[in-house]
Amino acid sequence: MSRTANMPVDDKVILHGRDIRKSFGALDVLKGVDVALTRGEVVGLIGPSGSGKSTLIRCLNMMETPSAGEIVFKGRRIGRKFRDSGDACGIGTLRRHVGMVFQHFNLFPHKTVLQNVTEGPIIVLKMSKAQAEEHALDLLAQVGLADKRDSYPSQLSGGQKQRVAIARALAMKPDVLLLDEVTSALDPELVGEVLQVIRRLADEGMTMAIVTHEMAFAAEVADRVLFLDGGNIAVEGTPDETIRNPSNERLAAFVARFNH
Amino acid sequence: MMYAWDFNVLWQYWDLFMYGLWLTVVYTVGSIVFGVAIGLVVCAARLSGWKILSFIARFYQEIFRCTPLLVQLLWFYYAFPMLVGVSIDNHVAAMLSLSLYVGAFYAEIFRGGILSIERGQREAAAAIGMSPWQSMTRIIMPQAVKRMLPAFINQSVIQFKNTSLVSVISVADLAYMAAVVNSQTYRPLESYTVMALLYIAVLFPLTQVADWIERRMRVSD
Repeated sequence: MSRTANMPVDDKVILHGRDIRKSFGALDVLKGVDVALTRGEVVGLIGPSGSGKSTLIRCLNMMETPSAGEIVFKGRRIGRKFRDSGDACGIGTLRRHVGMVFQHFNLFPHKTVLQNVTEGPIIVLKMSKAQAEEHALDLLAQVGLADKRDSYPSQLSGGQKQRVAIARALAMKPDVLLLDEVTSALDPELVGEVLQVIRRLADEGMTMAIVTHEMAFAAEVADRVLFLDGGNIAVEGTPDETIRNPSNERLAAFVARFNH
Repeated sequence: MMYAWDFNVLWQYWDLFMYGLWLTVVYTVGSIVFGVAIGLVVCAARLSGWKILSFIARFYQEIFRCTPLLVQLLWFYYAFPMLVGVSIDNHVAAMLSLSLYVGAFYAEIFRGGILSIERGQREAAAAIGMSPWQSMTRIIMPQAVKRMLPAFINQSVIQFKNTSLVSVISVADLAYMAAVVNSQTYRPLESYTVMALLYIAVLFPLTQVADWIERRMRVSD
């Protein structure tokens, strides 16, 4: 099967990484990967550590600059500058529409929970404070943390921090959400509450790319799964074709490691 | 033998002490203001990622961190004028050396503070679409300043004490005035004790305030 065989290429594609290559020195982490996110689609990225899945998702919002290839957002090529220049879309513009949640939360420790969530809308989107707070409180209620609005991040558990981080990303009203191993730093008993929030986002039709080691969860929420191995997409398909009934030998061995 | 303390003879020289203390404060505050400006520029140069600029900034820092302030004062007052062929007023030489000296240390404090902020903070700011400038001013600096504060205050306290060295190029600061009073009264014990007490009188309240500020800023941690 060709790597791009069932790649949807139509105007419903929101975010498209074309032939993405990334090298760190002599190390080729991504060797020419194509990934396209269609509106409302949830794509799961799985693979062994070092396979390039985090690097790939970080290239999609230019957190890493690809060594070659290009990112296309709603048909516009992303340039190398923060602002739009010529026909190239600026990195800043891209990030206003493509949110990201990190493994280590990265909440702003000097700001309260509410301020963490309103910072982007007020500073970047120039929304009024009252409007931003109203929206933020709504989002905090959705992730079950309305009562923590005036707490500082240091007073929260890992699961709570990550839910705030999701609310912070959602406050920008993103078209796409990129989730980079968002449960990997959590204690096992806190994973569920974060997955629950993501599950609801998927149900509501949020377009997402999810790097995860939670195989069962990926199989449950993803419409499509990409198995990365050695900097390439080794297998691509539905959860049934990939996680539940892997035909590829390496993928089967990889998935098997999570089933006991 | 018992020494008969006599502070009364110093009273008539009180205005000299006060004038000296005033100059000490002026040189401290002035050199801190210039030093912060120099420190910010040098720190920005070092973090600019532009190799030549970074090298020049580094070169300046090492020169001024690796020579004693006393040597810098002497050099700027006696040697530098010969180099440029223009004589330099001792007040100018004093302010110049003090500012360049403390600026080199401030730059390192600023740089250390900024670099101590985890990469994730910059990434989180970038991820919500902040520009590098917004990220620096709203996310990085507020956290970095908090971490820099103890070292910054410490360096500034040292700076206040360091100003006493300008007396060697005849700037009439507190240390210089104490020496003048001593030469008039032949009362070194009293003269120099009063000088020491005046340094303490200014710095002790300041260090207390600094501790209090530091404790207060820790609230969100």
